[in-house]
Amino acid sequence: MAANNRPLSPHLQVYKPQLTTFMSITHRATGIALAVGTLMLVCWLIAAATGESAFNEVQAFLGSIIGRLLLLGWSFALFYHMCNGLRHLFWDTGKGFEIETAYMTGRVVIAASILLTIGAWLWGYAAMGAI
Amino acid sequence: MVEFSLPKNSKVREGKTWPATDGAKRPKSFRVYRWNGDDGETPQVDTYTVDLDDCGPMVLDAIIKIKNEIDPTLTFRRSCREGVCGSCAMNVDGTNTLACTKFLDEVKGEVKVYPLPHMPVVKDLVPDLTQAYAQYRSIEPWLKSDSQPTPGKERLQSPEEREKLDGMWECILCFCCTTACPSYWWNSDRYLGPAVLLQANRWIQDSRDEATGERLDELEDPFRLYRCHTIMNCTKTCPKGLNPAKAIADIKLAMVERR
Repeated sequence: MAANNRPLSPHLQVYKPQLTTFMSITHRATGIALAVGTLMLVCWLIAAATGESAFNEVQAFLGSIIGRLLLLGWSFALFYHMCNGLRHLFWDTGKGFEIETAYMTGRVVIAASILLTIGAWLWGYAAMGAI
Repeated sequence: MVEFSLPKNSKVREGKTWPATDGAKRPKSFRVYRWNGDDGETPQVDTYTVDLDDCGPMVLDAIIKIKNEIDPTLTFRRSCREGVCGSCAMNVDGTNTLACTKFLDEVKGEVKVYPLPHMPVVKDLVPDLTQAYAQYRSIEPWLKSDSQPTPGKERLQSPEEREKLDGMWECILCFCCTTACPSYWWNSDRYLGPAVLLQANRWIQDSRDEATGERLDELEDPFRLYRCHTIMNCTKTCPKGLNPAKAIADIKLAMVERR
């Protein structure tokens, strides 16, 4: 039997999802989302520099339901990536590697990023005088 | 490279369901990965039923019972049956563990048994560990020193220095952690993986070893060490309760501290 005919054993297909794994992949996904979000920010700035009509168009898109959903996603991505980034910095000191601690800090990061997102939007709407 | 799905020759089919023995009081189903290189077929999952009232308490007991009484072709590695040899490392109920120290009671519903994930399969539950062993060899896991010990004496170590090796010498190289690591799944050609890095740290932290600098030089590489992204699957799955993620963090710290 040729060794190169050997099948590869199942991996993602059989491995039970773990909170820490999920948070790691989410960290990467939010990082990618933030890069795309930065492009949007650049579009917004370029529109502002171009003139009133261009700015109004971008503003109208960002103010639409789709635009707001995207902004909601990006703001969550920002807070999640920031909070989990702090968790990574904490790990870089060589601490917090016990499973209980890693799960605790993980839950804190998820809760904090959700609360910060809600807080930022409430603050934003309040500043507009909408609530 | 990241590949989420299995190659064509590795896709798993539904296999044979073996009849349960009559009069089983506490039947439990086992879904076991099967593959052999002889019939040219792709892997399949066979279903066996074992009476827990007539079986030892561990997953390995059930697997041995299946081999002895139902299907003698089922192939797996086992030796010590008490968690010190590392032979029976496999994926049980979705996480890697030693079949001999995993209680059947811990598994709800049917017991899914697969070989260690993302490894070439030799047969059934036997993975090919050649690559992992070669990587272990590459970190030169032995004491390296230029100096000679005092004639007739051992190389002395204080209790504090010796304590640094606790949590590392206990590793039995079962590779449960390494094969639980998604980073290792995608980059096993260049990333050393948690088990081998924990072993590397065992020698880096050893006060008697005089090659610490060389060892760190060997690991200072974007892949060998730094593909660890603190996913923590290694520590979560280690059947010996060790912490490879922490060992890897300690190597990263040692890299910074020597600058």
